[in-house]
Amino acid sequence: MIPATFDYFRPETLDEAAALLAQHGEDAKLLAGGHSLLPSMKLRLAQPRVVIDLGRIPGLNSIRESSGKIVVGAMTTHREIELSSLLAEKCPLLPEVATQIGDVQVRNRGTIGGSLAHADPAADWPAAILALEAEMVVFNRGGERRIAAEEFFVDLFQTAIQPDEILVGIRFPVTSRAVAYSKSAQKASGFAIAGAAVVVHARNRAVRIGITGVSARPYRASATEKGLKGKPLTQEAISAAAVSAADGIDPLNDIHASNEYRRHLALVNTLRALELAASRC
Amino acid sequence: MLLVHFLRDTCVLTGTHVGCETTLCGACTVLMEGKAVKSCTVLAVQADGSEITTIEGVAHNGDLHPLQQSFWECHALQCGYCTPGMILTGIDLLRNNPKPTREEIAHGLEGNLCRCTGYSHIIDAIESAAQKISKERQRA
Repeated sequence: MIPATFDYFRPETLDEAAALLAQHGEDAKLLAGGHSLLPSMKLRLAQPRVVIDLGRIPGLNSIRESSGKIVVGAMTTHREIELSSLLAEKCPLLPEVATQIGDVQVRNRGTIGGSLAHADPAADWPAAILALEAEMVVFNRGGERRIAAEEFFVDLFQTAIQPDEILVGIRFPVTSRAVAYSKSAQKASGFAIAGAAVVVHARNRAVRIGITGVSARPYRASATEKGLKGKPLTQEAISAAAVSAADGIDPLNDIHASNEYRRHLALVNTLRALELAASRC
Repeated sequence: MLLVHFLRDTCVLTGTHVGCETTLCGACTVLMEGKAVKSCTVLAVQADGSEITTIEGVAHNGDLHPLQQSFWECHALQCGYCTPGMILTGIDLLRNNPKPTREEIAHGLEGNLCRCTGYSHIIDAIESAAQKISKERQRA
């Protein structure tokens, strides 16, 4: 339970961090809140030779509204998101997800950016990122670029962030209260065996559904979304559409849940999240 | 070096316990800038310049903190291994929510395990401490 030895750097600007990343390449890992990286290092699943701590770079920890979008800095903790009054009013899915992550100590240290960059298939945020059609903002030495939610998650523990890039923030739309997150958590760790996030766009009668925990890559439940397009969210319509929530998906199979059970939980949580979001319309 | 080892081995403050070392049990909980954190999952160097409160720093001038007093009165400990972590998490909980319901206390303690399974007395103690603290505030 002791990490292997490593060199530690604590840059004070993004340029400095990017230069260190370029210098050390694959030997280096970025440290955000440390609640994915440090447990992996203690178990020696990860043994980076260089750790670059982003904790003292100003400006990465903020929640603000900017030209109609909500921008959350990558170093914002889950707890800060949970308690944010701006988010409770403008993007209430985020506090609803945050409050279901781990436990309060984990939420006090773990960050949204760290979690997204780690891309654990059982993490909670990916469901919300997909349902909200968020954009990830990454910094590189040439400037910044944005990555759409659907392109961001590539595979197990793999994102579209390039080796020389640093995730600096996430851009979210302002939404109504008609959103919900429902998950079945693994009892000891609190990670999602299956989690479904729903955003209802009442004006054009459309829903967006993001599902995490079920497969190697979080996904949009597009068949369910299509099934509900243009329809009022009645109990019958929701029940009929939720059964397609894992169509075309190859669920994970591990000690916590078999693939059949995960598929079942994807449908159950999609149904619950749709019902809850519909009740908030 | 992890913060928990720095506190125990370098500062010789052994009130912070090492339990699971896997970010689950909460025995190593301390306050970092007033917020409950698991010190087995923080590098000591990340805490450089931060104010850390361990169980040793909770009582003032020999007077027990209201949570310590309530844990004693409500029999909220048997072996005591989880107690420092429970009390520090309780302090963070009451700071954010001075009048929690029993359900809110249980949700707030999700990251702290008691293997003597004394949870109801622990919840009693936090409820009772909340009342003590609010009375103290009214008096002040």
